[in-house]
Amino acid sequence: MNRYLQSREVILSAAILMLILLISLRFPAFIAPANLANVFNDTSPLMILAIGQMIVILTKCIDLSVAATLALTGMVVSLLNIAAPDLPLVVTIMIALSLGAVLGMVNGLLVWKLNIPPIVVTLGTMTIYRGVIFLISNGKWVNAHEMSPAFKALPRHVFLGFPLLSWFALAVIVIAAVVMTRTTLGRAFYAVGGNPHASVYTGLNVGRTQFWAFTISGALAGLTGYLWVSRYAVAYVDIAGGFELDVVAACVIGGISIAGGIGSVGGAVLGALFLGVIKNALPVINISPFWQLAISGTAIIIAVVLNSRANRPPGRIILKQSEPAA
Amino acid sequence: MQPQPKAAAQSAILSLDAVTKEFPGVRALSEVSLTLYPGQVTALIGENGAGKSTVVKILTGIYQPDGGRILVEGKPVTLANAQAAAAHGITAIHQETVLFDELSVAENIFLGHAPRGRFGLIDTKAMVAQARDILTEIEAPIDPTTRLRDLSIASKHLVAIARALSIDARVVIMDEPTAALSHKEINELYDLVEKLKAQGKAILFISHKFDEIFRIADRYAVFRDGQFVGDGAIQDVTQGELVQMMVGRAVDQIFPKRSPRVGDEVLKVVGYDHPTEFADINFTLRRGEILGFYGLIGAGRSEVMQALYGITKPGKGAVRIDGQVRVIRSPADAVAHGIVYVPEDRGRQGAITALPIYQNVTLPSLHRTSRNGFLRLAHEFALARDYTARLDLRAASLETAVGNLSGGNQQKVVIAKWLATQPKVIILDEPTKGIDIGSKAAVHEFMAELAAQGLAVIMVSSEIPEVLGMSDRVIVMRQGRIVAELGKDEMTPETLVRRAAGIGETE
Repeated sequence: MNRYLQSREVILSAAILMLILLISLRFPAFIAPANLANVFNDTSPLMILAIGQMIVILTKCIDLSVAATLALTGMVVSLLNIAAPDLPLVVTIMIALSLGAVLGMVNGLLVWKLNIPPIVVTLGTMTIYRGVIFLISNGKWVNAHEMSPAFKALPRHVFLGFPLLSWFALAVIVIAAVVMTRTTLGRAFYAVGGNPHASVYTGLNVGRTQFWAFTISGALAGLTGYLWVSRYAVAYVDIAGGFELDVVAACVIGGISIAGGIGSVGGAVLGALFLGVIKNALPVINISPFWQLAISGTAIIIAVVLNSRANRPPGRIILKQSEPAA
Repeated sequence: MQPQPKAAAQSAILSLDAVTKEFPGVRALSEVSLTLYPGQVTALIGENGAGKSTVVKILTGIYQPDGGRILVEGKPVTLANAQAAAAHGITAIHQETVLFDELSVAENIFLGHAPRGRFGLIDTKAMVAQARDILTEIEAPIDPTTRLRDLSIASKHLVAIARALSIDARVVIMDEPTAALSHKEINELYDLVEKLKAQGKAILFISHKFDEIFRIADRYAVFRDGQFVGDGAIQDVTQGELVQMMVGRAVDQIFPKRSPRVGDEVLKVVGYDHPTEFADINFTLRRGEILGFYGLIGAGRSEVMQALYGITKPGKGAVRIDGQVRVIRSPADAVAHGIVYVPEDRGRQGAITALPIYQNVTLPSLHRTSRNGFLRLAHEFALARDYTARLDLRAASLETAVGNLSGGNQQKVVIAKWLATQPKVIILDEPTKGIDIGSKAAVHEFMAELAAQGLAVIMVSSEIPEVLGMSDRVIVMRQGRIVAELGKDEMTPETLVRRAAGIGETE
């Protein structure tokens, strides 16, 4: 599987490179390193969320509440910043991560203990979380002038040539890659999604594994919540509205199987970057935003077709029981 | 009491002539014949795996025969699909009725052939009226507008029968229709069968229960290992003769010779009870022993094993492992205490096909190959290499996805996975179901080897030769209870079948 997944990642990387080259034919400045770094930075929130979503999808679930979790956490840390402007940012980030994790745990518990289908659970909590933002903010915006300068500056702060926002994404990528390939929890995510029945017989607790997937997705959404409101210096009920669909799209393009059990951190990142390149490049070369949507949609369908074709052969080979080699 | 078959009824309505059906590596049916007459009930009898369900699937157009002919009123026909079978008036009522829970009774009865009104739309009023007529005819007290999910299993059977009548069926196949019914419901079903007979329908009745076969069947047909053994009128045969026909075979399978060295008691199950699945289960298991569990499908054997393994929870009872009382709440507990379970449905419950071989093998042993939640890949590979080599698993690389292996090799991965946990007790549920003769011999060989190494083996099997050939001791289960425990010298095919079917006992 690894070899085959890698090859898919290679294909996706090649597609992204092709896209960048095509764009640079009409707009050479696009491939300037500074601009590419800018695209990466701009795509960082999507990458972080896509990694969380990937883990959830691996376990045969889906998390539609990521954008709402992001927005609620963003609002809470913004209000907190108004109330206590001198709170150290490390604490703010810890609060964002923890609050996101708790919101993810709510999803996870409902899926685990009550056996409600994940799509229903997260559709419900998505609406609830948005509603809570309205309640705690009275529907008002938190604007740039209300936020403390340090609060707003953090994601833009440049460290070793890159803004901290990019560093956050890089750190999440590295940690997630280690968790997914080098820990028992990561192995459990793959096993549970690949064959839940077999996982039960192997002694894995399927529900609990899914619970942890939702918790991680929530925590990453919480982190992104802070990064988002501080970067755009605004928080209101509808921030990142509909963004959960971009996140799921990034996963699908990145070769994460919606049926569970197949996917990688690399895939999620590349899927996010693919969307990021389209979003950043098309306006520059004067292609209407409607084409952007059409191109993203086409990419999703092509990715799904490639996935289903790639996933077919194993099903056939199982039936070759009469082979003398068996 | 039963109407004698009339002269006109003597010509067959449906027959199979030398029908053969092969699956990769398995010959499910070998030139079998079967004849059904109008107004008569033919009981189809055979052990598990004799080919009964394959016949049902061929008659209902789900499988296509590889050889032979299907004759309807003497003319050869092709039953290309379920619709074609229905068009020839053949319908089946399955063990678990195949109906639609969310639709109304009338919609279920007329799905696919509902009466049409203007503009080709379904004429609901006519449909309900016709459904009511049919239900009245079979004296089923069911309102045709009820949603199906609100009915009992018995009533669902009646709806299935009503559906059979609505398509003007001439042949009704009943596949263990009484399996899930209560005593009273069974009697109502018998009455209904009489009514169908009186209407001149031919009925194929599949059942394991000898008492009901002798009660309602007019004729019998016996299959064994996919071959036709014999048929005739039920009054010309005794239970003993039927059992003889079902099991009497030349022993052509060779089992490994073993000289079991049975050691200390390793597992003791005391008073296991489950509210619905089994009751009063007591048995012991010793090192180096192969303990067979025989019974008909649905006798509760797998259910006991799943409780023992922590998948389901028994209401009462205790387990001792090596003399210590252990509580098994989950499969993880069972594995930790040295019990492993190789399930029957290895496709669904066995390997994780998207993951590579080594990850499958080490999955239940990760606590040994990891430290503080971090994997140690070198340990993992060493463990996987060790156990796959022991099973002579040939693959290009341990990183090959299990889905890319052949069926036999996938099975080896699953077994390697369990052996790598270094268990004391290994439960094999139908270990050779659906695999070819050569692989069967390899599995038997391997089982003997495990026992010789001092493992205690529980083998759940529905195949009599396998039970007789492999077990040191056999426990026979029937309807959720242990009905017999037989030593090596007490096992005969006849005793096994008799005890499993409850022949010669007062209920």
